[in-house]
Amino acid sequence: MAEMDTSGSGKHKKGPGVKKGKKLSTKVDLTPMVDLGFLLITFFVFTTTMSQPVAMRLALPDDKVKDEDQNKIKQSGALTLLLGKNNNVFYYEGELAPDASNFKSSNFKDIRDEIQHKKQQADTNLVVVIKPNNESNYKNFIDILDEMRINVVKRYAVVDISDVEDQLIKKTEGE
Amino acid sequence: MSRPKIARKSTSVDMTAMCDVAFLLLSFFILTTKPKPSEAVPISTPKSVENKFAPDKNLVMISLNKDNHVYLSVGDNSGDRDKKQAMLEDVNKANNLGLSSSEIATLTKQPFIGTPLAQLKQQAHLPVEQISSKLPGIPCTDTTNNQMTEWIRAAVAAYQGTKMDLILKGDNVATYPVFKNILTAFKKNEQFKFQMVTNQSNVPAGTDLYKLNMSGKAAQM
Repeated sequence: MAEMDTSGSGKHKKGPGVKKGKKLSTKVDLTPMVDLGFLLITFFVFTTTMSQPVAMRLALPDDKVKDEDQNKIKQSGALTLLLGKNNNVFYYEGELAPDASNFKSSNFKDIRDEIQHKKQQADTNLVVVIKPNNESNYKNFIDILDEMRINVVKRYAVVDISDVEDQLIKKTEGE
Repeated sequence: MSRPKIARKSTSVDMTAMCDVAFLLLSFFILTTKPKPSEAVPISTPKSVENKFAPDKNLVMISLNKDNHVYLSVGDNSGDRDKKQAMLEDVNKANNLGLSSSEIATLTKQPFIGTPLAQLKQQAHLPVEQISSKLPGIPCTDTTNNQMTEWIRAAVAAYQGTKMDLILKGDNVATYPVFKNILTAFKKNEQFKFQMVTNQSNVPAGTDLYKLNMSGKAAQM
């Protein structure tokens, strides 16, 4: 590309009257240009942001819906996840036993197995109830919603935590 | 003993091909790069497997930073800025803040609103460099003085008849109660749908969503 055929072909006149121009090489040293090119590439590679943020959609329930219009969940298919401080996750299946015997603690790594297990067991009745307490952070909340996506849980709800559950979390965390 | 002579080859390489590649890549990166939107508030968002991109216009963004400060901003185009101006005029009138039209114009130009209603007048006189996460944010931490409700009301009124995307951008370490108060503000204004900005991450292998994606069906949630 950067080279051109400058050698005279046979068609040129070659006589005593034709002045021979000094043949200059048209080869250009492209090394500095390449250097510059790569320098700029490096600049753009580092400044470019390839990962565009994605948005998670969440629909909130209307608090004004009357109690009798709300769907009651089947206790056999209910799994309640409680979020506490320091990325702690607690859960219980069905209804919380008065002696809190079915209240178990977990973490974000193990909770996925638990959800999957419950999903297989409850099948279509599965409803996950998410209850973050006041000490949980925003990341925990997003993570648990993400867990719903990952495990394809179709029905889940975010509910305010009750005092009993909050006390249980604090008691367990305090130990 | 005489070694056979090796013909000396020129060490200069033809740079043309390399030059072509370099500039091809260069043009690619120049064209794909987007100037990073100016972020006055640094926020590190959590990750999710979500694959829908966040919208970039007709949006009202609520930022929640690591110190639980709440800021309000709109999309970065003239349409959204007009809406912001309308919001500010609305809030000014409804709360008797006594902002002049030039103060409203300044506030509109500023990247976000980050002060309680009573201090909006002061924010209008701050230089742009001071519009940062040092500002106290819109009060949203306690339920009695949730000024976010007022801002969302103004936003809904300003975007009346057009599409409005409520976007919440929260930091990893922001606490849940503040987030919940923002949700309360949404609910009070009957805004039940919103989006949360996250970074994309891959779906873990072996999970149900992974299998669903592999089987070619789009995950319908």
